[in-house]
Amino acid sequence: MLGFQPDDEQKLIRDTVAEFAREQLRPLAHEADESGVFPTSVAQQAWELGLVQSTIPEAYGGVGAESSAVTGSLICEELAWGDLSLTLHMLSPQLVTYPVIMLGTHEQKAQILGDYVGPHFTAGTAAVMEPRFGFDLNELTTTAVQHNGEFVLNGAKCFVPLAAEAAHLLVYARRDNGIAAFLLPQDTPGLTIGEREKNMGLKAVATYELSLDNCRIPASSQLQGDIQPVFNRSRVALSAMAVGVARAAYEYAREYAKERRAFGTAIAQKQAIAFMLAEMAMEVDAARLLVWEAAWKIDTGADATREACLAKNYAATMVLKVADNAVQILGGHGYIRDHPVERWLRNGRGFATFEGLAMI
Amino acid sequence: MIDFSLSPAIEKNRDMIHAVADGTMRPISREYDEREHEKPTEWLNMMWEASKNLISFGDGKKKASGKAEAVERHLSERTVRSAVLIEELSWGDVGLYLSIPHSALGGAAVAAAGTPEQKERFLSRFRDGEPKWGAMAITEPGCGSDSAALTTTAVQDGDQWVINGTKIFCTSGLMAAEKSEGFVVVWATVDKSAGRAGIKAFVVEHHTPGMTVAKVEDKMGIRASDTAMLVFEDCRIPLDNVLGQAEVKQSTTGFKGVMATFDATRPLVAASALGVARAAVDYVRETFAAEGITIRYVTPQTKLTTLERDFMDMEANLQAARLLTWRAAWMLDQGIQNNLEASMAKAKAGSMVTQVTQKAVELLGPLGYSRKTLLEKWMRDAKISDIYEGTQQINLLIIARRILGYSSQELN
Ligand SMILES: Cc1cc2nc3c(=O)[nH]c(=O)nc-3n(C[C@H](O)[C@H](O)[C@H](O)COP(=O)(O)OP(=O)(O)OC[C@H]3O[C@@H](n4cnc5c(N)ncnc54)[C@H](O)[C@@H]3O)c2cc1C
Ligand SMILES: Cc1cc2nc3c(=O)[nH]c(=O)nc-3n(C[C@H](O)[C@H](O)[C@H](O)COP(=O)(O)OP(=O)(O)OC[C@H]3O[C@@H](n4cnc5c(N)ncnc54)[C@H](O)[C@@H]3O)c2cc1C
Repeated sequence: MLGFQPDDEQKLIRDTVAEFAREQLRPLAHEADESGVFPTSVAQQAWELGLVQSTIPEAYGGVGAESSAVTGSLICEELAWGDLSLTLHMLSPQLVTYPVIMLGTHEQKAQILGDYVGPHFTAGTAAVMEPRFGFDLNELTTTAVQHNGEFVLNGAKCFVPLAAEAAHLLVYARRDNGIAAFLLPQDTPGLTIGEREKNMGLKAVATYELSLDNCRIPASSQLQGDIQPVFNRSRVALSAMAVGVARAAYEYAREYAKERRAFGTAIAQKQAIAFMLAEMAMEVDAARLLVWEAAWKIDTGADATREACLAKNYAATMVLKVADNAVQILGGHGYIRDHPVERWLRNGRGFATFEGLAMI
Repeated sequence: MIDFSLSPAIEKNRDMIHAVADGTMRPISREYDEREHEKPTEWLNMMWEASKNLISFGDGKKKASGKAEAVERHLSERTVRSAVLIEELSWGDVGLYLSIPHSALGGAAVAAAGTPEQKERFLSRFRDGEPKWGAMAITEPGCGSDSAALTTTAVQDGDQWVINGTKIFCTSGLMAAEKSEGFVVVWATVDKSAGRAGIKAFVVEHHTPGMTVAKVEDKMGIRASDTAMLVFEDCRIPLDNVLGQAEVKQSTTGFKGVMATFDATRPLVAASALGVARAAVDYVRETFAAEGITIRYVTPQTKLTTLERDFMDMEANLQAARLLTWRAAWMLDQGIQNNLEASMAKAKAGSMVTQVTQKAVELLGPLGYSRKTLLEKWMRDAKISDIYEGTQQINLLIIARRILGYSSQELN
């Protein structure tokens, strides 16, 4: 039956995460963006919230909570509302844990998951995107060729978060005519982690280029099964984060517009501004509902590829428009880095580009 | 719970109504677009019988039979049900849907502002007998969006109200006033100096002397639905035909009472926009399929063809509007205040259907522009969704006031 309210447990989780985002992430976001340094203490605090450990099965030392994409999208929205860079850093372990939980063999689970149930934050990462024009998830140029019971990987990757410190690395590559994911140890010969990237946004999360030059890994390193559901979860996670960033920008601009006066009234009393805000509110809600629906469909076990893709495209377009409007509403002040709206615009711009950067 | 599934009962009704839309509306759709001002009498009679138990504008109409439990369930999701069914009917033909004998907006006003006695007196007639229509007349030649500026007057004279003024653009006004035993809910002021507080809604019964249909408009679209000008000249109605309370309070609660009608009707107007948009989207999808064009959802935007990008945009915007609509309808059923969400649904659906149908005509080129198919008609039909029940701008104003906490004086 139709319903638009999170259940009690989801509300509790959402409220806890929202408080964390408000109290811990927001105050650190500006400085982290300016310095490009991730405040490590916050990763530990986030770790103690148990978001990563909770969905790891009990057999592998986790809590074994049911992994719900709807609950995940509530969490992602709230965290990204706090700060996107910090969120991507904090949730990086899930880039490994989710695909392994979903597709891994018992051996793979036993090998990997135990590292993510300890008392300290442990980074993980996945290499999805490639540094080239016309990047297409379905036509990866990184290849995996089977040879004598091994896979040989070749190619280049970019936007790999926390690659330098990740305990485990999942590389997506083209195998025969499909995509497959492979677990690579950090010390695999031929694997080179390049310099930290410099991007328009996401400045506080360390992302890297990787090169894979005849990397040989055992055949047992491949995750088995259909990879599409993994990407659908990623699409939903990123879309929910886009909603969070957009909501942050909308709320900030709304409060500013009520305070800022011009021509004898608050600028919010001018229709040109008020209507922008109305559309921002409406579009944030519209995108959130599309994200929830895609997440809900994932949770029912049905194929949600179409819904997840539509939600992601919608949310990526929406966040850019909303963040741009927020900068516009602040006028010249929006362009100055003392206010966070320009950061949300820089971060928000990324969603149309990002693939596989987050997972729920 | 966050859940996007419809109940099996609603799905069953939806499939039934879809068959009606496909089998009985589509075949006569073009005909009653071209034969404006004529009515498909047989079809209307059939729909009167078929739909009177299904669609609710919040008029408190109960399903005739069934266990108490079933009735309860039926009522607990009646706005969602109406939204789903109205989408189907509007997918069939929105002009024909609007012309179905029903208490419609008039009924919604009675439900929102009437006393229990009035609800019984005015709405029970829609349960049986001959087909009947309800209508609501707010708009005047001199004011539309600014309904508080209306000039039609109601003056008490003994045990009657005497109404004078001119109303325009009244949907089903002809059918409600002269062609059935229906009624028109007329908004008029009892005290011009009191502003909003002086505005009341009056039920004027069919064939009341002093009420005349002066004109039926020729329109761009929704031509199967009559849009009437009603002139009131010393039109006398009983004292207890004023909805709610007659006395003028120095607050605007009376006006707010009638405005609350829109919280119930806007999601349903949005639902009808969804149906028109879906008709266009379905048509484009079928044409693509026939031409061997597939939509590659997982392909990055930068590598898609313009056709694919446009089509995916249409689909996503339609679904976004649908979810906003369902949310507003669901809130009403749950008894949650939905003023903000109803306007969001209406604003989004109104602009969405306008853009989606215009884009569909563009994508199909000469086929889209031709009157051999229905696409050009849907584009003409679509535009009204962005105008009536509060224009796009009026709904944005309502949203803005709600999110900013402004009164209508602070933001207008
Ligand atoms: C990099 C930079 C360089 C600059 N260089 C100079 C310079 O050399 N010299 C100088 O004097 N200034 C300069 N400016 C200031 C710039 O001209 C102002 O920022 C600009 O005029 C907007 O004013 P504001 O920032 O106070 O915004 P506000 O006036 O506060 O406007 C805020 C928002 O409200 C909107 N708004 C305001 N009034 C209305 C209205 N009546 N109806 C509808 N919407 C309204 C605006 O469009 C804007 O979206 C510079 C600004 C920047 C960022
Ligand atoms: C086919 C059809 C059926 C209809 N059915 C009914 C019916 O059953 N009953 C009924 O009472 N009415 C009905 N209407 C009338 C409809 O509700 C009005 O046309 C509508 O409310 C707009 O009013 P208006 O046409 O006077 O436009 P106006 O109010 O004159 O508006 C003109 C333009 O100005 C804009 N505008 C107005 N005020 C503001 C503002 N404050 N800020 C920004 N922009 C503003 C509007 O958005 C619009 O774009 C119907 C109309 C049509 C065409």
